[in-house]
Amino acid sequence: MKHHTIPRVIAKLTIPGIILFGLYVQFHGDYGPGGGFQAGVIIGAAMILYGLIFGLDDLRNVAPQKIVTLLVAIGFLLYAGVGVVTQILGANFLEYGVLAHSQKDGQHIGIILVEIGVGITVAAVMITIFYMFAGRK
Amino acid sequence: MLSQLPALQVVIPLIAAPLCVVFRNKEIACLVSQVVSILSFIISLILLQQVLEVGVISYALGGWLAPIGIEYRIDILNSFVLVIVTGISSVVTIYSNKSVQYEIDTEKIYLFYTGYLLMFSGLLGMTITGDAFNVFVFIEISSLSSYAMIAMGRDRRAVSASFTYLVMGTVGATFFLIGVGLMYSMTGTLNMADLAERLPKVYESKAILVSFAFISIGILLKLALFPLHLWLPNAYTYAPSVVSAFLSATATKVAIYILIRFGYSIFGSDFVFSQYPTAQILASMSIVAIVVCSLVAIFQTNIKRLLAFSSLAQVGYIILGVSFNNINGLTAAIVHIFNHALSKGALFLAMGSVALVIGSVKIKDINGLGKKMPFTSFAIVIGGLSLIGVPITAGFISKWYLILGAIDKGWWPLAIILLLTSLLALVYVWRIVEVMYFRSETNVSEVKEAPISMLIPMYILVAMTIYFGLETSFSAGLAKQAATYLLGMSG
Repeated sequence: MKHHTIPRVIAKLTIPGIILFGLYVQFHGDYGPGGGFQAGVIIGAAMILYGLIFGLDDLRNVAPQKIVTLLVAIGFLLYAGVGVVTQILGANFLEYGVLAHSQKDGQHIGIILVEIGVGITVAAVMITIFYMFAGRK
Repeated sequence: MLSQLPALQVVIPLIAAPLCVVFRNKEIACLVSQVVSILSFIISLILLQQVLEVGVISYALGGWLAPIGIEYRIDILNSFVLVIVTGISSVVTIYSNKSVQYEIDTEKIYLFYTGYLLMFSGLLGMTITGDAFNVFVFIEISSLSSYAMIAMGRDRRAVSASFTYLVMGTVGATFFLIGVGLMYSMTGTLNMADLAERLPKVYESKAILVSFAFISIGILLKLALFPLHLWLPNAYTYAPSVVSAFLSATATKVAIYILIRFGYSIFGSDFVFSQYPTAQILASMSIVAIVVCSLVAIFQTNIKRLLAFSSLAQVGYIILGVSFNNINGLTAAIVHIFNHALSKGALFLAMGSVALVIGSVKIKDINGLGKKMPFTSFAIVIGGLSLIGVPITAGFISKWYLILGAIDKGWWPLAIILLLTSLLALVYVWRIVEVMYFRSETNVSEVKEAPISMLIPMYILVAMTIYFGLETSFSAGLAKQAATYLLGMSG
């Protein structure tokens, strides 16, 4: 698709917007509709669009497969890690309230961290699935 | 610290799984899964002890109290199942190193252990949770990872076996979810204890009947009761040996636990057994499962496949015990979950050693194995005897309670059928024994005994098969307490 000017230009124009919207959905998740899963899918979709237009090799330069696989695990560890930290702080698993001085702030911090974990894992899984399909000979 | 154990039971393997991906190293992955399994085993023993001392343990996940939040609820029944799952996993992971290196591509081994740990934590989650929807989530975690692991088998047919299991398993899980959804729409709660309280008020509604039908058929698919068993033989035959051993000893067993949990402590035996002919339906399906699958097992040429059909027959015995709705029957079912896990685990581990040393698990390829691999062969004999239900093996204890249950229920002919079907088990076990010990010509002349690191875990299970055939206060005693608790709770 590299030689088709219109898809290439449109992709270049839209990809930053898609990623920005993904980040909006990610960080607005605790106030409105959205959250880690949707944000992860949107950011993953932006990367996949890049891969479709500019080819697999370019995408591999942007997001090396090893790092993407690592991110799958790291997002998940962030989620579970928040749970373990609350346990160390003396509360139950994923009881966010203890993460800050007030219950409300703790819930905020907890849910944001967990959603970031979900977002990282989902985006990385989306890209991995794309690699798996696109990389088949 | 003690109060956090219920969460740690599930969380430790769940965190260990992505750690294996981070390290990308097969030795570390193997070590991590061994350490995690043994840690989980210790946790489950402490939980069991706590349950025996103080009764039901409840853990509010995220600090949200039941019935709003997800509750982990541990009573005598599921703490017993937790001990089984973690114990088997400890043995299997200690065994696994050589077998996995032989059967799995080197660069995929760390992913294999990742999948294994996910499956392990999924099964633990299904067992420990007190929330009906949470059960579905963990069913999906354990099933998805088990599809991936079955597909890692060396034989290319493993992929199609895994796909069949994926289709059937997804149908099962979806049915389960539909059932849970209907229950939720009628009662407005997903907490198991809360459901048990609210359901009697809506017993008359057709939605609850439909929900019960969906849930039981969904779970029967997962536990592979005849005629919903079609995915199982190929899955066990072509999966890597370690996976066959772990799945046969734990995955179907946890599904059986879910059936007992929903039948006896959520819907309640009043609803399940008094208003509808559930007992007759389950019992007739089980009898057919026992007879047909034992007969089919006799004609198998691949020993892993033979053992898979034997597993189906044993599932029949367990469900038969569940259908009796009396103390002895339920005790038989619960204790057979334990006993069958031991003996079938030992048998599949032995098959893993045979596959490693000979490279085949066909009956025709193991002529004279008894002389060349005396320890492995003897393990197969003991495991086989337990499948038949010979006295001083664990299998006898389960059969004994099962026959008592049949007599209590007044179903005399069943007791006779049970004795006769043991003879069928004798035939298929004898076929293996005959080839191993009584053939003059031998086609395994160059082989040596399996490595000691595989023999020790195998013999732990073999020793336990014998031990729990003689000393039953732990296994049958606990099973009886659990049965009394279940029947008392619903009666």
